[in-house]
Amino acid sequence: MNRIDELLPTLNALIEQADQVERHFPYPRVGVDRQQWQRAGEHLAWGHWSLLGLWGDEDTVHMAVRDHADSGMAVLSLACPEDRFPSIGRVHPPAILLERGLRDLFHLEPEQSPDPRPWLDHGRWQVASPLAAGKPRVSGADNYSFLPVEGEHLHQIPVGPVHAGIIEPGHFRFTAAGETIVRLEARLGYTHKGIESLLAGADLARGTQLAGRCSGDSTVAYQYAFACAAEQALQIQPPTRAIWLRALLAELERLANHIGDIGGICNDAAFAPLHAHCLALREQILRAMDECFGHRFARDLITPGGLAHDPEDSSLAGLTGLTEQLECQFRELVDVYDNTASLQDRTVGAGIVHPEWVQRFATGGYVGRASGRNFDARRLSLAPYDELDFEVPVFEQGDVNARVWVRIREVFQSLQMVRQIIERLPAGAVQVELPAGPGEGMALIEGFRGDILVWLALAENGRIRRCHLRDPSWFQWPLLEAAIEGNIVADFPLCNKSFNCSYSGCDL
Amino acid sequence: MRKLILKNLLRPVLTEPAPVVASLESLARKLEQTSRARLGRSLAIRMVDAGSCNACELEIQALNNPYYDLDRFGLHFVASPRHADVLLVTGPVTENMRVALERTWQAMPEPRWVVACGDCARDGGCFAGSYAVVGGVDQVIPVDLHIPGCPPPPARLLEALTALLALNAERSQA
Repeated sequence: MNRIDELLPTLNALIEQADQVERHFPYPRVGVDRQQWQRAGEHLAWGHWSLLGLWGDEDTVHMAVRDHADSGMAVLSLACPEDRFPSIGRVHPPAILLERGLRDLFHLEPEQSPDPRPWLDHGRWQVASPLAAGKPRVSGADNYSFLPVEGEHLHQIPVGPVHAGIIEPGHFRFTAAGETIVRLEARLGYTHKGIESLLAGADLARGTQLAGRCSGDSTVAYQYAFACAAEQALQIQPPTRAIWLRALLAELERLANHIGDIGGICNDAAFAPLHAHCLALREQILRAMDECFGHRFARDLITPGGLAHDPEDSSLAGLTGLTEQLECQFRELVDVYDNTASLQDRTVGAGIVHPEWVQRFATGGYVGRASGRNFDARRLSLAPYDELDFEVPVFEQGDVNARVWVRIREVFQSLQMVRQIIERLPAGAVQVELPAGPGEGMALIEGFRGDILVWLALAENGRIRRCHLRDPSWFQWPLLEAAIEGNIVADFPLCNKSFNCSYSGCDL
Repeated sequence: MRKLILKNLLRPVLTEPAPVVASLESLARKLEQTSRARLGRSLAIRMVDAGSCNACELEIQALNNPYYDLDRFGLHFVASPRHADVLLVTGPVTENMRVALERTWQAMPEPRWVVACGDCARDGGCFAGSYAVVGGVDQVIPVDLHIPGCPPPPARLLEALTALLALNAERSQA
């Protein structure tokens, strides 16, 4: 890849040129002008950088990026005195959904956006642009139009927002030629609860509560990311024991979700026995979490400064035995998966995600790693992962089967990580005092689904001025739409389950 | 695969005894005696997520795992509101889901029951006061039973749903 250095300065050079904001940790945040903002868009379009997040603020847009050359990360901020900014989505499609979302909330217009339709605003709120205080209220549009599809003998299948199963709400518009899907378009936003508006002005305890309720299956990962961002903003270090216990919680959450979803995928391929077995293993993990931490999802345990309470060492000791037993049982289930031709017939070759897509979208988690993108936020020199021995499995095929295999391998990795943590768990306190005061922090934490980004700005009084939480699924939903093309309608549940994107995490 | 099936046949059953709810014992007895035949000992449940964080859904799904095995009580989930006796609703009810929830309820045949599941389904919970949230299922449709918890664990869900089966029986008696 040739970098045209003179035209496109590196991220480091850009940071040096621009005005750096004080008290933003651990990555720099710089104020950029329109031209620098547009150049950043070109870097993204050329594939030099990846987009980690794009979000609104009072009269400002922020964009978190990562430079592939030196893995450096930064937040670029553009002031928008006229309520508009040059669209990044115009040159870099992964930004389109993010821009549509922030436009609905902040009344900031992405200029020349390729898709000006609303996203979160379904025209049903009492207010429009709810996070733009004192700005003119534009009324939300209720007559949403799906992208046109042309061709002979096409028919449309509208599905949702209420689905047949026990799952989250969203609308899928299929256009099919016979049994073959020629286009899928998802419309989300149904679970939008206004979390970012509730976070503005809240204290850290309330922030923790809301962060843990963005996406129920990633309770630990969200509260972990929120706590890390707050600790960065306040420049404090939680106790070592708390750091290790957080990783333990994150791995248990990963195990419960991976095992449950592997069963769910088999169920969607009409192979119920593995589903029943996987659900039983998942239940054992949730019960162990309840016993050790007092809640099946360990809600409200990870807080800024450490943990809300310290689990008993005696209850934690049981986890070693549990992981050994789970490993044994899970290995048998994997053998069945690997040796059942009727099951493989469904998963191999279905819902292929091409490697260039995941690179372009910087898609995290098993969706990215099943298509060759070797990225895992646990590798970003984060304690205690820098001291743990683990591998990050990567596959190339990008089909349902590859996504299942990434998760199978990750289950074995997490099982042995749990044992490593229990063996080496340090003693001591689990909470430090929190200082008051302003500051800005960012954190990138690997949830089971991929990397969760939390950006937090604290005001002088220590309350939250603005908090943005970016779910990994923002960069996964568009790839599901692409991957399903050419598959038959009956394979959609299978492909969808192999992605298992979050609705609530994106809708907030 | 054969090995796995054989092992399953030989190992003890995971499914646990039915929950005993002291306050509902008399109801349960009445149910036993009189109304099971009439009811067919069955209740069809349609679940709607009206903006939850997805934690409630995960615990409702867990009711189908071998430990809880909801089906043995005659309770089962159905895909269409037309087939449902009970509407199980989670979430604070977002403005964006209000119409879908109303229409699902309207599509159900009578008699019908509504169960609100989770703390935010009662009054919006920690999301109350947001511009995007209606704030509780009963703001939109009448609620017969509320199950508290964030999320309610499967054992509590099971208790509440079996209690509903009993109440259902009593009502059809009256």
